[in-house]
Amino acid sequence: MNWNFTDTWIVVTGVLCAVACALPGCFLVLRKMSMMGDAISHAVLPGLAIAFLFTGSRASLPMFVGAAVTGVLTALFTQWVNRFANVDRGAAMGVVFTTLFAIGLVLIVRAADHVDLDPGCVLYGAIETSAPIVPSEVPRAAIINGIVLLLNLGVITLLYKELRLSSFDPSLSDTLGFSSSLLHYLLMTIVAVTTVAAFESVGSIIVIAMLIVPAATAQLLTHRLLPMLVIASAVGAASAVLGHIGALTLPSLVGFTDTTTSGMMAFAAGVLFTLAWLFAPHNGIVTRLLRKPEPRPTDLPTS
Amino acid sequence: MPFSFHDFVEVLTLQSYNTRLVVAATWCLGIGSGLVGSLLLLRKRSLMGDVLSHATLPGIAIAFAIVASLGGAGKSLPALLVGATLSGLAGVAVMLAIRRTTRLRDDVAMGFVLSVFFGTGVAILRMVQNLPGASGLTDYIYGRTASIVLSDLLLIALVTTAVIVTVVLLLKEFTLLCFDEAFAASEGWPVLLLDTLVLALVTAVTVIGIQAVGLILVIAFLIIPAASARFWTENMKLMLVISAAIGGISGHFGALLSDLFADLPSGPVIVLTASSIFLISMFFGGKRGVLPRYMDHLKLKRRVGRQHLLRSVYEILEASDQPVSNRPVTLQSLLQHRSWTMGQLKRKLSLARREDHLEPTSDPSAVLLSESGFGEAARITRNHRLWELYLIHHAEIAPSHVDRDADMVEHILGPEMVRELEAELAPDLQIPASPHLI
Repeated sequence: MNWNFTDTWIVVTGVLCAVACALPGCFLVLRKMSMMGDAISHAVLPGLAIAFLFTGSRASLPMFVGAAVTGVLTALFTQWVNRFANVDRGAAMGVVFTTLFAIGLVLIVRAADHVDLDPGCVLYGAIETSAPIVPSEVPRAAIINGIVLLLNLGVITLLYKELRLSSFDPSLSDTLGFSSSLLHYLLMTIVAVTTVAAFESVGSIIVIAMLIVPAATAQLLTHRLLPMLVIASAVGAASAVLGHIGALTLPSLVGFTDTTTSGMMAFAAGVLFTLAWLFAPHNGIVTRLLRKPEPRPTDLPTS
Repeated sequence: MPFSFHDFVEVLTLQSYNTRLVVAATWCLGIGSGLVGSLLLLRKRSLMGDVLSHATLPGIAIAFAIVASLGGAGKSLPALLVGATLSGLAGVAVMLAIRRTTRLRDDVAMGFVLSVFFGTGVAILRMVQNLPGASGLTDYIYGRTASIVLSDLLLIALVTTAVIVTVVLLLKEFTLLCFDEAFAASEGWPVLLLDTLVLALVTAVTVIGIQAVGLILVIAFLIIPAASARFWTENMKLMLVISAAIGGISGHFGALLSDLFADLPSGPVIVLTASSIFLISMFFGGKRGVLPRYMDHLKLKRRVGRQHLLRSVYEILEASDQPVSNRPVTLQSLLQHRSWTMGQLKRKLSLARREDHLEPTSDPSAVLLSESGFGEAARITRNHRLWELYLIHHAEIAPSHVDRDADMVEHILGPEMVRELEAELAPDLQIPASPHLI
């Protein structure tokens, strides 16, 4: 393995992005909204296209705003179709994001005469290209994902109690005066911003995987929220490191030259999840098989 | 978008061979995915198509690598389809395993399979990209509706036929699985097998669909027609038929539209056609549509308002005079009796006047019930009191809470329920006294 400063920056960017995703991801998992990240990452396409059609450039800021706005709109539309039209939430999400994605594709095809805005590149953006040429330069992707991480950390620290309450008991939260729907949209905004930031610099696969898989792994290991957030962040960071090492070493083992770090990060996260699934201290499949059978009630001394 | 009348007619009448192929293929696919999509919707697993279509990627990449390294043409369709199917089924297996062996819920299991499989697929795809013949392999993900060939159509038709036959043969089993899984299991039905069979059908439709029309269209086809059909009916058989029809129709019109306007890609246009049908269904559809439900709500609100008005008048009369007789009641006393504003009261009064419950009076500051209005008021008050008594005696609700709960439920009491309450609580047909202070 040939490690240099580029690899260091890729791993740093990956870790920042993974942790930034894992934090809101925990709340998505707790709120049974795991598929929202996938929906949002598809549905930001028309936002990108419209921002481009309006400004005529691929400048980052308008694109970022456009995409983040469509991301939040996805959540809003989904909620409407779910609530007012009484459609199952999964179906509502599916209707909304496929429609938005289709609108985005049509807009891009219409705009394609003028520019190459390739849906493929939007979906697959590569983390490798975010690394700098010279060692001293801090890559933009690292800065953006670092800012998003700080933002997410800040919001979750400030609103920890409220978010926890509204995730576990929305009606109690409403009764106590913390509007659960306001918190829902705040969370959706965070997810949209995180998605778009990661999207632009490191590709959408990372977002979808890092939102859900570390959080799910953490949920296998603990029942409490604070440990869950910590474990999810750790699993996310570990997936980034292992993913990049895997991307450097694995292909040569099976006779190929290279692969993508983002894909391998998702793979590494999957491996970590599987380990927790099998060996979690309390509920792992193997752990449960190896554990001595607990004494049955009849074996207990009777008084 | 220049097109002549001649082009228009040519497209509409399906003169071109290619248009006919595309329309036939999207019809078939729309029917197949409409059917299995309904099953998914009722199982609350609409996003399964999304999960499966992403989960096919590693299979496609591995199948390509194996065939290419054996020296064959890597992009041979049968090999890719087998790979996609195996990988999709593996995704289903992992999902079902997570659901059965952990306390993680469906949505987490789906998110896990989708992202890990897709990420792994992208990683493998990148590894094999330098093998000969790999260029254009990712196009597979976006489909190529406009370039469907006869063999694609035959394959789609085959899968659709299989889906139709299975759904027709196992309709009873699938219905029970969708509506009461626990009951089906307790009756000894092979629930896991049926569940797997549904997901296998979804896998087949997804795999065939992706390569013909692209990933996003397959996802949309599995969700949108079923969600639209749900608005129009409560009957499972009818829903399957409507859903299949909506799938077929949106395929037809979408394909025609994109053929008419050469620069519109067919996949997204078909999705948008289906979305339009969804929007129409959502607003106007059957009993469940937004507008019909809103109208029902308005009607109920009016009825409740009228009942409140009549009961208030009766209660005011009752307070001043026993036995109760019909006399004019001032608007002022009505306003004091309930917390209405003058505007709300005026609206309720004009409604009651239209229904002949009020007698015209010379005094504008008072209202007088008509004969039918007085009878109706007595009846409503009686039902209300009966319901209150029922709540206190049988539902163990404190008298201080009764008035509000009674108000909410009494308006939807059916006649049988009222008769039962009468028999039990007020056999002498009198209007019982209010159990609380009015």
